[in-house]
Order: sequence, then C-alpha cells, then structure tokens
Amino acid sequence: MAWEFSNDKPIYVQVSDQIVSGILTGTFKMGEKLPSVREFAVIAAVNPNTVQKALSELESVGLIETQRNTGKYVTQEGSIIDMARKKRGELLAVEFLKSMAALGYTSEETIHLLEEAKNGEVTSNERTDA
Amino acid sequence: MSEQTLECKGLSKYFGANPALHNLSISLPAGKIIGLLGPNGSGKTTLIKLACGLLTPTEGEIRVCGFKPGIESKALVSYLPERTYLPDWMTVIECVKFFQDFYSDFDYERAVSMLQSLQVPANARMKTLSKGTKEKVQLVLVMSRRARLYLLDEPIGGVDPAARDYILGTILKNYSEEATVLISTHLIADVEKILDEFIFIQNGQLVSYASTDSLREDLGKSIDQYFREVFRC
Repeated sequence: MAWEFSNDKPIYVQVSDQIVSGILTGTFKMGEKLPSVREFAVIAAVNPNTVQKALSELESVGLIETQRNTGKYVTQEGSIIDMARKKRGELLAVEFLKSMAALGYTSEETIHLLEEAKNGEVTSNERTDA
Repeated sequence: MSEQTLECKGLSKYFGANPALHNLSISLPAGKIIGLLGPNGSGKTTLIKLACGLLTPTEGEIRVCGFKPGIESKALVSYLPERTYLPDWMTVIECVKFFQDFYSDFDYERAVSMLQSLQVPANARMKTLSKGTKEKVQLVLVMSRRARLYLLDEPIGGVDPAARDYILGTILKNYSEEATVLISTHLIADVEKILDEFIFIQNGQLVSYASTDSLREDLGKSIDQYFREVFRC
C-alpha cells in the first residue's frame, strides 16, 4: 500500500518521518535490518533518490546504521531511539496545544480536559486526527 | 560518464508556420525520473519524438548521451509511444521475442515475469486484448530493456488506477542508476511522488525546470498545485 503524503512538505521529509514512526511503534525493531532503498521506494511508491535522501537524514542523526555490504539497520542504541521518541512526543504535544488553542481552549482547560479523558469521563466516537 | 543524458540547444520544430517547439535549451542528467508536463499542445510529444529521431529539428540540436539521434542513440533509447504499434496478429510472447531480436539490451526473463505478475496471457493474440492490457504489454516491453534513456509518452493514461500503481512500481523497480526516465503525462498527482525533477513547457517553450523537493521547500506546493496556478485558463 502506497504511503500518503501531504503537499506542503518535501516528500523525503515525510518519508523519513514515516520511517521514524515505524521505528518508534515497533514496525522496524531495534537492530533489525531495514528494507533496501529499492524496496522502500516500491513500498512507499516514491522515487528511490527520495528514499536515499530520507535514509541519509536518519543516518546522520544515528537512528539507522549502514553495515558494509549487508544494508541498513535500525540502531541498537536505545538512547538514540529514546531521544527520537521524546522529540516526536514533544512535537505532538505542542501541535495538540496549538490545535486546542485554535478552538479557543486555554492551556489549563486543555490539561483539565485531558485529565477527564484519562479518567474515562469523556468519550468520543468520532475519528480524531491526533 | 559525465555527459548529460539528453541535451537540447536552441531546439525548434515548426510544422509549417506553427512552432511546436521554439528555442528550447535544456539538459537532463542521468539517474533521474523527470516529469515532462504541460497543457495540451504544448510540445511534449514533439520533444519526445525529436529525441527518438522520429522528427528532425527545424533549428538547433538535440543529443542523447552525446549522440545525434541515429543508430547509436536508438540503441540507448527505449520509447513508449502514445499509441501501441505492435501488430495485432502477433501473440504477446511473439512480441516479446520480436523485441529480443531487435534490442541487444532486452531482458527476456524480466519481461516474462512482469507479464506474469500483470496476469497478461502470454499466448493471446494482441487483437484479443483490451486497450489497457495492450498498453501493459507495450510498457513491459519498453521497461524490459536496459536503456540509458526511457521516453514514456503518457504511460498511464489508459489504464485503471490499480494497474497505474503497478506500472509506476514497475518503473521504480526497473530503472537503473545510470538511466534517465522522462515521463510525459497530464496525471500529475499520480506521478509526482516518483519524480525527482519536473519540466513545464507551454507553447513550445520552457516555463520551468526544477526539482520536486525544492518546489515544496521553497513554495510549499505540490507540482499539481503549481501546475494549476501556472497554467490557469
């Protein structure tokens, strides 16, 4: 199944975001071999050069490593993955607060709402985007 | 090889007094998938036919890997025309053998396996196939060559969305790092994810030639949005 991309960001940025998500959610496990550039290109239905660019970015931050002749692997360094998790979490939190602010919620009201949701006082059948 | 895969200098083609291409200069590097985009009648097919040597320039020059269109260049160019030209009395597998005889860079096994995954019946005669299936056969033949330049004129226009995905996947899987793929199409949204670069032409002239990423980075726009703005009617 081809990946979905939005129009406002370069595709390689979105490909690298999706691979990071894959690593954080366990689709690609620590120390595991990743699909080749060509395989990723076909899975995501994007240009191999785009995949290459995305993988180089992830390599430069240490999330993936190249082993000579055998391909690219997810890092075995838990600390690097934890860092990526923290960064992604922070990003989501900031974005969430922004969306709530756009709806007219103050930060305190948002936090209060989160407490209620955590305790099961708020239910939602609707699809959410976050 | 440092030379450009396709190079045009001051290229013009007139049909009578009408310019189909006017003073076009562009050079395309190896290893890229490039979209050739423009409104109807902008000169896309003319440019492709000039690169194949099916048309001769009125002025200027065009070179493929350094060669003027001719015997040497034709061995390096794999061309998918708008309309299929395969004889309708031949069977699919006969067409494959026909291509194998013609082109030394043709990969027979690859063609057969691609036809199998597209579930094209190998022993059916071309005339019994639907329009979309004929297009699939033609594309399989063209992509089974190890060419330096693939010129694909509307490769996905006539096939259903599922086959479209497969065909784009086929292009991604089969093009090699030294090869350049030039795809002309109106279906920009379908192809833009696989494009490294794109060329806009209009009235036979170059409007822009840029990389897909830089467009998104600089303007925050997809090629499809940009096209609609530039060519608004």
